[in-house]
Amino acid sequence: MKLRQTIIIGSGPAGYTAAIYAARANLRPLLIASSVEAGGELMKTTEVENYPGFPEGIMGPDLMAAFQAQAERFGTEIVLDDVTSLDLSGDVKTVTLGNGDVHQALSVIFATGSAYRKLGLDDEERLSGHGVSWCATCDGFFFRKKTIAVVGGGDSAMEEANFLTKFADKVYVIHRSDSLRASKTMQDRSFENPKIEFLFNQTVEHIYGDTAVTGIGLRNTVDGSESTLDLSGLFIAIGADPRTHLVHGMLDFTAEGTIAVEGRSSRTSLAGVFAAGDVLDPTYRQAVTAAGSGTVAALDAEHYLASLPKGLLAKATADPEPAKVSA
Amino acid sequence: MSTAKDVTDASFRADVLDSEKLVLVDFWAEWCGPCRAVSPILDQIAAEHSDKIELVKVNVDDNMQIAAKYQITSIPAMKLFKGGVVVKSVIGAKPKPALEADFAEWLK
Repeated sequence: MKLRQTIIIGSGPAGYTAAIYAARANLRPLLIASSVEAGGELMKTTEVENYPGFPEGIMGPDLMAAFQAQAERFGTEIVLDDVTSLDLSGDVKTVTLGNGDVHQALSVIFATGSAYRKLGLDDEERLSGHGVSWCATCDGFFFRKKTIAVVGGGDSAMEEANFLTKFADKVYVIHRSDSLRASKTMQDRSFENPKIEFLFNQTVEHIYGDTAVTGIGLRNTVDGSESTLDLSGLFIAIGADPRTHLVHGMLDFTAEGTIAVEGRSSRTSLAGVFAAGDVLDPTYRQAVTAAGSGTVAALDAEHYLASLPKGLLAKATADPEPAKVSA
Repeated sequence: MSTAKDVTDASFRADVLDSEKLVLVDFWAEWCGPCRAVSPILDQIAAEHSDKIELVKVNVDDNMQIAAKYQITSIPAMKLFKGGVVVKSVIGAKPKPALEADFAEWLK
């Protein structure tokens, strides 16, 4: 089997930026992009207004297409499949994919981002796709002239709520406290939107509906009073957790559930394994901070590879096989 | 680009409900990223089981009647029809092995 210098797992801003740097450093990276989530979270967003370099804003999917093109321009090989298992312990790291392919490299950059948090209610899963949604850009279209709600108080909740007013007649924003985490700009935009109504200090306790959502049950976090709200869609935007199940038990974690790294580096508890993006960031989780984090990981990987015994590195720097792209 | 046949509000009866074959209907839209991601996977599954199932696509933007009739509120939505009746529904883009497992009963 061919031994590579580095494999990057993940295709959001962190993964692709790591790939751009690694490819430009001639590490000939292989990037495992996932089969159905290639491009990551930004693929589900609309206008991105805070990524530097785009004063007029850019559509999330267009931004990610540009990231990908830039990574490919310098020779990144991209595979659209999912990692099913990892062996990261020795000098040679092994990555197994859903299609059964096995790849090996001297270093791995782990940048799998985060996964949407769920409310944890009984009927949430059952009614998922039947009114319960985590993707306003995918599903908003089906709620024309309807009454719906967004749960959450961060930037993504505000973005979803504003986007959904293109379709829905009425969008409630339900938040558990009386202050929003969202940026001032997004808050102001939401407060000014006549179709958005805020329900502060409320948590969702029930989701009602047999075959589709018909309403929700709310509880007031201040006085404990309960109420119901008739609606046909519930969009959940209460944050995300680092997607790290592939490396549980292999790497050290922080108390916040992110991958522990050494100081300001991307170095994890295993030599040759580097983390980038949301998996190590419990705080900022922006496209641009993820991209910066991807840069750090690629530079750390490059430094690590240079420190390896010459014989080992030579095995991984032989001429690559022709690039193949599997779907 | 998928080679699957586009089915419309007008042709749905003839192409899906009255079909002799098992028909897998992919409800999708241009603006839906996960739909674009799952489309080539559906093409592959259909190609590998062309003796068993036929894959067709319904663009929900252009065919809102059918989308409404089947209460589509999230896409991609994949519905498998047998003799005019939905025998299996899957919502959301999933990796190929997961979709093969979802439809396993009809792909054997």
